[in-house]
Amino acid sequence: MEQTSLHFRENATRALADPQLQRALGNVKTGFILKRAAARASLPEFDALRDEATAIKTHVIDHLDIYLEEYERRVLASGGHVHWARDAAEAREIVLAICREAGAKTVTKGKSMVSEEIGLNAALEAENIRPVETDLGEYIIQLRREKPSHIIAPAVHLNRDQIEGDFRAAHVDLPPERDLSQIVELVGEARTVLRQQFLAADVGITGANFLIAETGSSVIVTNEGNGDLTQLLPRTHIVIASLEKLVPTLEDASTILRVLARSATGQEMTSYTTFSTGPRRDEDPDGPDAYHVVLLDNGRSAMLGTDFQDMLRCIRCGACLNHCPVYAAVGGHAYGSVYPGPMGAVLTPQLTGIHDAAHLPNASTFCGRCQAVCPMHIPLPKMMRHWRERDFAGQSALATPKLAIRAWAWFAKRPGFYRFATAAQGRVLSLLPRSMLAKLPLARGWTPYRVLPKPASRPFLAQWEAREQEKLRRERPHHG
Amino acid sequence: MAEKVSTEKTMSARDAIMAHVRKGLGVRGDEPGRRGVVQTRLRNPVANLIPERAKGTKPELVKQFQTMLENGGTGVVRVRTYKGVPDAVATALRERNLPSRVRLGSDPFFRTFEAEPGLLEILGGAAEATDLVGLSHAFAGASETGTLFLASGPDNPSTLNFLPEHHFVLIDASDVFGSYEECWVKLRGVLGAGVMPRTVNLISGASRTADIEQTIVKGAHGPKSLAVFIVGSARE
Repeated sequence: MEQTSLHFRENATRALADPQLQRALGNVKTGFILKRAAARASLPEFDALRDEATAIKTHVIDHLDIYLEEYERRVLASGGHVHWARDAAEAREIVLAICREAGAKTVTKGKSMVSEEIGLNAALEAENIRPVETDLGEYIIQLRREKPSHIIAPAVHLNRDQIEGDFRAAHVDLPPERDLSQIVELVGEARTVLRQQFLAADVGITGANFLIAETGSSVIVTNEGNGDLTQLLPRTHIVIASLEKLVPTLEDASTILRVLARSATGQEMTSYTTFSTGPRRDEDPDGPDAYHVVLLDNGRSAMLGTDFQDMLRCIRCGACLNHCPVYAAVGGHAYGSVYPGPMGAVLTPQLTGIHDAAHLPNASTFCGRCQAVCPMHIPLPKMMRHWRERDFAGQSALATPKLAIRAWAWFAKRPGFYRFATAAQGRVLSLLPRSMLAKLPLARGWTPYRVLPKPASRPFLAQWEAREQEKLRRERPHHG
Repeated sequence: MAEKVSTEKTMSARDAIMAHVRKGLGVRGDEPGRRGVVQTRLRNPVANLIPERAKGTKPELVKQFQTMLENGGTGVVRVRTYKGVPDAVATALRERNLPSRVRLGSDPFFRTFEAEPGLLEILGGAAEATDLVGLSHAFAGASETGTLFLASGPDNPSTLNFLPEHHFVLIDASDVFGSYEECWVKLRGVLGAGVMPRTVNLISGASRTADIEQTIVKGAHGPKSLAVFIVGSARE
């Protein structure tokens, strides 16, 4: 996908002035946050389960090479195929080769962020293979030729009336006078249209929430059932998953499942959690004839042994997005990358390099809510700081802030100059009328919303010194 | 450096990724201790923390199972004996204004339907897109979230769980456990360690979506409704 993270500032400014987007983002605040809180409150062990889930993933990452081997062995034993892809290009080529071999014209797809990461749809279209997104949110944004704005709710930036317009424009075979004024009617129409696609598809592609080393299974967690129809009906099922999706056993997957849905949508459990292992068995009346897993590295192995290793624990629940004040203000598209929000601010620089993503680890208030709600205890703010340090050390795309920080550091290291400069600045500003304070250069992003406080005419240190002198004077014994 | 890059290019993607992973972890890969830890964990799967709510007597768990399902909008019918199942299914169809026709697999739990020919029209095999009702048998259920466990195969084709407009599921009260972990133990007991059917479906409610304005709508792509028949009485 074309990354526009370098334009985060322009994107964010546009997003803040977009009334449709701002209305839609209101749903994030009232929906996800309250639902997660309720789910957490009704399971006393929730925080203990987070600790266990974290320990499971930490263990897997420490033994990742062995778990990958064991998993591969089990997939092969169940009659499936395993393909290894170093990067996005290799992954696309593998999927295309399987589709060509299957003579695929139509491919149905379950929701997969890895598919977005490798730009799979464009590659399929270039080969005249029609990709059909079947998750309702993904289907809507595919019609609009947009990218997901949220990792679990791809169309969260849209409102009902916009989607009605998209459906009317796309489903031209349906009677134009039909009523689509209710959300339930939009869902019904998508169901009817996509039913035909499920039945016609030659290949079904899904992602995976987990890969289980014990059994060689891939797991998808959904509510709509679209992922299941995607992988059940076509003759070929392709799973695309990144390396870190491994978990040891069914028991370990169960532990993480207990925190996944609760953190994501606030559900105790999603409607469907599906474990797929190999192709259909000889006696099976349904299921795919072929089962392929594409294991994608694309920068994951390079995170091992670095400050970002713990990011590999991420289970893509989206809780950090939902609780992020920056995400709630500007939405996912402003980030200009596949993965938005706090987790995206850590992952994107890894995938594309820090230069092109320099704004993202800075697009944070460092309030820490992302880490506080992360079911995997990923220290997201700390990692954003690491990226900021690396950005600062290199050829930063953020020249002005870098210069400003350098200038401040020069003064801060020279206390005499620093005091003189701040005292002079305070004296000047304290003389200005309020109306001029609101129009100061360099503060325009702030002053339309908040009053810049009038500085004291004498800086703190000067006042402190004067008080101390006064105290000494009083305590001195009087002579005479 | 140039030499290393060219070596990596000729390496298979698998070997290159493995080499990268091991380099990042600072390991060779053949350390016996590390492999032993993994193999022990995989050969002897151990349950982690089980929530208190998943513990209780069988009747308590069945009651919780029913409540959890009902809270999610699933209809639950208690049936005393297997003999009563066809009648309960026929009644449920009538209540929903559905024709007396269901599709089901060759699971032995459905034998009682043979004893009542004429009550219902029975279709077999994989589901078709026009089916109104699929009937499946769940091999286990977890009360902690009201979750049904279904295994694919000729007994219960997986398409029955997703293509028909309505999904009916039969479960023996004695197969209702507290936790997911107990359901996995039961599956391993039947199929053996590390073996899975093509598909295991964990189902906790009907198909739903909240993708438009976070408004929950049932019947996104899969069944618009789920009904569960708990057969038998749960004893201690």
